[in-house]
Amino acid sequence: MKISKDEVLRVAELARLELKQDEVMTLSEKIGKVLEYIALLNQVDTTGIFPTTHAIDLNNAFREDKEGEHLEQKDVFSNAPESENGHFAVPKIIKI
Amino acid sequence: MESLSALTIHEAAIHLKKKKISSCELTRSVLDRIAKLEDKIGAYITVAAESAIAQAKSADERISRGDITGMTGIPIAVKDLICTRGISTTCGSKILEHFNPPYDATVIRKLKESGAVILGKLNMDEFAMGSSTEYSAFKITRNPWDQSCIPGGSSGGAAAAVSADMCLGALGSDTGGSIRQPASHCGVVGMKPTYGRVSRYGLVAFASSLDQIGPITKCVRDNAILMSTIAGHDPYDSTSVPMAVPDFCRSLDEDLKGLVIGVPKEYESSEGLDPEVSSAFRAAVRTLEAMGAECVEISLPHTAYAVAAYYVIAPSEASSNLARYDGVKYGFRDQEAKDLLKMYKRSRSLGFGAEVKRRIIIGTYSLSSGYYDAYYKKASQVRTLIIEDYRKAFQMCRIILSPVAPTPAFKIGEKVEDPLTMYLSDVFTLSANLAGIPGISIPCGFSTQGLPIGLQFLGNHFEEEEVLRAAYHFEKASEFHLKKPKI
Repeated sequence: MKISKDEVLRVAELARLELKQDEVMTLSEKIGKVLEYIALLNQVDTTGIFPTTHAIDLNNAFREDKEGEHLEQKDVFSNAPESENGHFAVPKIIKI
Repeated sequence: MESLSALTIHEAAIHLKKKKISSCELTRSVLDRIAKLEDKIGAYITVAAESAIAQAKSADERISRGDITGMTGIPIAVKDLICTRGISTTCGSKILEHFNPPYDATVIRKLKESGAVILGKLNMDEFAMGSSTEYSAFKITRNPWDQSCIPGGSSGGAAAAVSADMCLGALGSDTGGSIRQPASHCGVVGMKPTYGRVSRYGLVAFASSLDQIGPITKCVRDNAILMSTIAGHDPYDSTSVPMAVPDFCRSLDEDLKGLVIGVPKEYESSEGLDPEVSSAFRAAVRTLEAMGAECVEISLPHTAYAVAAYYVIAPSEASSNLARYDGVKYGFRDQEAKDLLKMYKRSRSLGFGAEVKRRIIIGTYSLSSGYYDAYYKKASQVRTLIIEDYRKAFQMCRIILSPVAPTPAFKIGEKVEDPLTMYLSDVFTLSANLAGIPGISIPCGFSTQGLPIGLQFLGNHFEEEEVLRAAYHFEKASEFHLKKPKI
């Protein structure tokens, strides 16, 4: 199975990645090989088999709805590339 | 003083308790060793010498008051994807290069409460995606046994540091073999616990249904000590299991008479299995039999599909987990971008390395509209069949024995351009992550080139005690762990 350059670009757009021309080339080649290998899964009959997303049986983890210890606001923002008045700041998204 | 760094955790703990040495002496000895070897080995991304000495001083005060645990004053290092308050946590990535966590991971909190000393943060493949530590954005780590070889990965810095006495023990993480495979390549002991046994709170997520934190140590007893320190339910990780934690050292000494060990028939014929690894494995089976264990042939019929299922599931979860790196709340932001979409794209594209991008693309593709059933759903169904294989196998035996990696450590650069070959080297380890079962790698021999070979013991869910006990007896009988690399 191959993955075309257009397909790589489509998926990159979904993943919010901007790829250079040569990256698109190598990705389409290398991912193509991986997908070819993954096609092995088609040999397995999975009719009626339930998909597993967690290997251990899990129950909902409920807890009391009460106040706990939380990070201070200054700590929350300590790694932010840009913040302003207790908000994360990003480039302008509304044109006036 | 450098010789102190060669101590195991349990040996050092005895000396500390008897006040023959202080934690400050021990910690300085290890810091000296790091200073001497770091240029050669490249195990550390950050050495936190100052805070380590401060922690050692408080450990000594604690010890003088008679307040001592098995970990008090013991210098430990941590893979650089476990959050440490005040020490940067890079995940081996440019995108988190300057990330300074405002909180400690639960395992770090537990280590600190026990009085352990945190030496620093260890090199790794970016976001734990890799089997050689060559995908770190910062440096190459070299195998202490042969510096032209990889240490394994993704916890390559951790395994190399333990092997080279650049820490007494370490914490790594294992999503498809990232603790066990480097432990095997560096001749040390590495455990991936049962999924849910150790809290993942504060572990930078790669594939949330597969990730587990575990110890890398110089011997099995040390591994049991660290497991007892870090395991347990944590309200901050809803997937951690509310189960009592045994003292993992408790039953180490019970003998192996009557223990039934399963040897999967599929593994012997596995393509690419090195003859030296195979013969070390067969010798290990004989050693265990001589100790009274009964080895039986078992079958894991879906083994051939595990790598394919894994390389759909892990990248799918990763693509979703790594969506959070958008340059808004933390991590790298490209300051040139003038609009929001461009800012997301450029921050991610400049911040992530090639392998991470590859896996994000594979994962996004598998989850995208029109492909979901053929990839993610199919792989998750195959995962069910793999779990079922283990369930049936554990009706026949208590422990499953296998090699860890199909070959000893390979040369730096050998597989770096060929992701598929790199993925295939995870064949013996990753199904334990798919099934959520515990596994340990311990040394079981050396190649003619002098490179360590590892042996894997797998147990059923929450049977770490049994896994540790079997490994401990093998270690005692074989003593491969006592050999040290000449650096």
